[in-house]
Amino acid sequence: MIGSEFIINTLSLGSLYALIALGLVFVYGILKLVNFAYGEYLMVAGYTLYVLGTFTPIPWWLTMILAVALAAFVSYLTELIAFRPVRTKSLDAMLVTSFAVSVLLQNAALLFVSPRSRAVPFPPAFSESVTVFGATTPVRNILTIVTTVILLVALTLLMKYTVLGIAMRAAADKFTTTRLMGVPANLVISVAFILSGLLAGVVSIFWVGRSASVDPLIGFAPLLIAFIATVIGGMHSLQGAVVGGYVYGLLFNALSIMLPASLINYRDAFMFAIVILFLLLRPEGLIRGGYTEERVG
Amino acid sequence: MSTPKMARIGSPGRPAAFALAALLIVGAFAVNAFAPFVVVGIYTYFCVTLMMVLGLQMFMGNSGILNWTYIGFVGIGAYAASILSTAPALKSMGVPNMYPALVALQIPVVPALLIGGVVAAVIAAILAWPLMRLSDAVGVITLFAMLIVFHVIMTQWDNVTNGPRTFFGVQAFTTIWMATGAAVITLLGAYFFRESSLGLRLRASRDDRHAAKAMGINVVGVRYLTFVLSSFVAGVAGGLWAHYITSFSPKSFYVGEMFVLLTMLVIGGAGSISGATLGALLVTVMREGLRQLEGYLNNSGVINFEVYGLTELTMAVLLVTILIVRPAGIVGGQEFRFPRIGGKRKPAEAADSDES
Repeated sequence: MIGSEFIINTLSLGSLYALIALGLVFVYGILKLVNFAYGEYLMVAGYTLYVLGTFTPIPWWLTMILAVALAAFVSYLTELIAFRPVRTKSLDAMLVTSFAVSVLLQNAALLFVSPRSRAVPFPPAFSESVTVFGATTPVRNILTIVTTVILLVALTLLMKYTVLGIAMRAAADKFTTTRLMGVPANLVISVAFILSGLLAGVVSIFWVGRSASVDPLIGFAPLLIAFIATVIGGMHSLQGAVVGGYVYGLLFNALSIMLPASLINYRDAFMFAIVILFLLLRPEGLIRGGYTEERVG
Repeated sequence: MSTPKMARIGSPGRPAAFALAALLIVGAFAVNAFAPFVVVGIYTYFCVTLMMVLGLQMFMGNSGILNWTYIGFVGIGAYAASILSTAPALKSMGVPNMYPALVALQIPVVPALLIGGVVAAVIAAILAWPLMRLSDAVGVITLFAMLIVFHVIMTQWDNVTNGPRTFFGVQAFTTIWMATGAAVITLLGAYFFRESSLGLRLRASRDDRHAAKAMGINVVGVRYLTFVLSSFVAGVAGGLWAHYITSFSPKSFYVGEMFVLLTMLVIGGAGSISGATLGALLVTVMREGLRQLEGYLNNSGVINFEVYGLTELTMAVLLVTILIVRPAGIVGGQEFRFPRIGGKRKPAEAADSDES
C-alpha cells in the first residue's frame, strides 16, 4: 500500500513541521521578531538528550522531559538577556540580535562539546516498525502524529480558555492596547518565548530521533522549515502556522516523488522560490489573520 | 535608529570621509613599507572586506532593510570574474564539467572584475523590483530565502561553479594597492551616495516610509536603484576577493560570512560611512587576534581540547552587547565629526570616548 504509507509519512512530517512552525510564530505573533535563534533551542534539547543519555543513568523519559525543560529555559534566558534590552529598538537591531544569539549558541556548542556530531541514544522501541492501516512505518512517526495532536489540543485550550492565553492572543493583535488593559508586557513575551522553547524541545526529540545524532548546526534546517511553513500558512495566526506545516510536509513529500532525479538537489531552491512567490503574491499566507503592522515598542 | 537631529546645511561628514580615505592610503604605504609580509596580507584582506561592508552599508544602512542576499551577490561577482579571468587550461582542469563556451573565455582581470560587478547588478536588477515592495519581517525572510536559493544554485550548478567543491586556479591579482584603491573609491562613492539626492530620499524612506511617500518619494524606486548599485559594489568586491584568495567554494558566500559583514556594519554603526569603516577595522583586528589565540591554544597544548568557534563566539557576544548598549553602533547614525576647536558646539560624545 504505497498510498497509505505516503499519507502516514506526510502526516508525520507535516505534524513535525507544524510544531516547528508553531514555535516560531508564538514569538513572531507578539514581538514581530523572526527569531533566528529558534533552531538553537532545538539544538540545546538535542545536546541535553546526548549528555544525559550518554553519561547519566537517568531513564530516557526523564531525559526527554529535562531536555524539553532546558530548551524552554534557554529560550527564556535569551529573551531575558538579549531580546528584552533591544525590544524597544529598531526591528533591524532585534533581528541582528537574534542572529547573533544563534551564532553564539552554535559556537558555544562547537567550543564546549565538539564540531563533530554526537550519537544520541534512544530507546530501541522508538525506531521499531509497526504496521498501521497497511502501511509499515517506524513507531516514531506514529508518536509524532499523536504528540502533535495532544499538543495542539492542549495549546488550543490554553489559548482559548485561560486568561494567559487570551492575553497572549490580544497581545498578538494589538500589543499597546493590551498593555493599556493591564496585561504585563514582560510576562506575555516571556511566556511566548517559553512556549516557543518548549515546542522546540519537543520537536528536537523527534528531529534528533530521525538521525539519532546531534551536531552544532542541527538547528539550521528546522529554522528554514519554520520560515517556509509560516510564510505559506500565514505569519499572523497560530492556525496558519499549523496549516503551513502540513502543507509544507505535503509539498516536500510530493516534490521528492515528482521531481526528476537531476533536479532533486534543487528541491530547496524550489521550496524557497515558492516562499518568495507566496510573499509577493499572497503575503498574508493561506490563513489570513487580523491585519497587524504594529510593532512592540 | 538615527537620532532626529536636523541635517546641517552643507556636508558635516565630509572631513571625516576624506580623512578616512587619506588614512587608508597612508595606512597602505605604512604597512607596505614597515610591516611584515603577513600584515600586508591582512591589510589587503581588510580593504577588500571594507569594500564589501561599504557596499552593504549603501543599501542596508540607508534603507534600513536587512539585506541577507548581499553576500550572494559577492559570490556571483567572485564566480563571474574568476571564470572570465582564469586561463582555459586551468579551468578545464579545475572545473571538469564546465560548459565549453565558458572554458574558452579569457579576458584581462580588470575588465573581468567590472563585468563581475555588472553581472551581479544585472541579476539584482532582474530580481529586485518586486522584493523592494516588502519591508520589515516579510522583507527579511524574502531576502533570506533568496540567499538560500542562490546558495543552492551555487552548490548544485557544477557546470559553472564546480558545485560544492573548491574553485581553484584564480590568479593572485589583488595587491595591497588594488585593494586600497578600490576601498578608497568605494568609501568616497558610498559617502557621496549617502549625501546625494538619491541617498537622502532613501534615508527619508528608512526613517518614515509613509511620510516619505507622502512627500512624493518613490520608495520602491529609490530602494531598487540602491539595491542594484549596492549589488554592483558587491560583485566587484567579490571579484577582488576571489583574486586575492585564489581558491574558494560556495561556503564563502553564505550565512556564516554574512554574519561577519553584518557584525562589522552593526558594531560601527550602519547609518554612517565612518561607522562602517570603524566596525570593519575593529572586527578585522579582533578576528585576527582571536585567530592567533585559537591557533596558539590548539598548538601549545595548554588546554586538552581543541578550541573551535572562539572567534565567532566572541564576536556574537560583542555584537549583542553593542546592540544592547548602543543600538545605533559605536559611531551612530550620523557621520563622525571632528570636534571644532574653540567652537561652542559640544563634540559628539561618541567621538572621543570610542575613538582609540
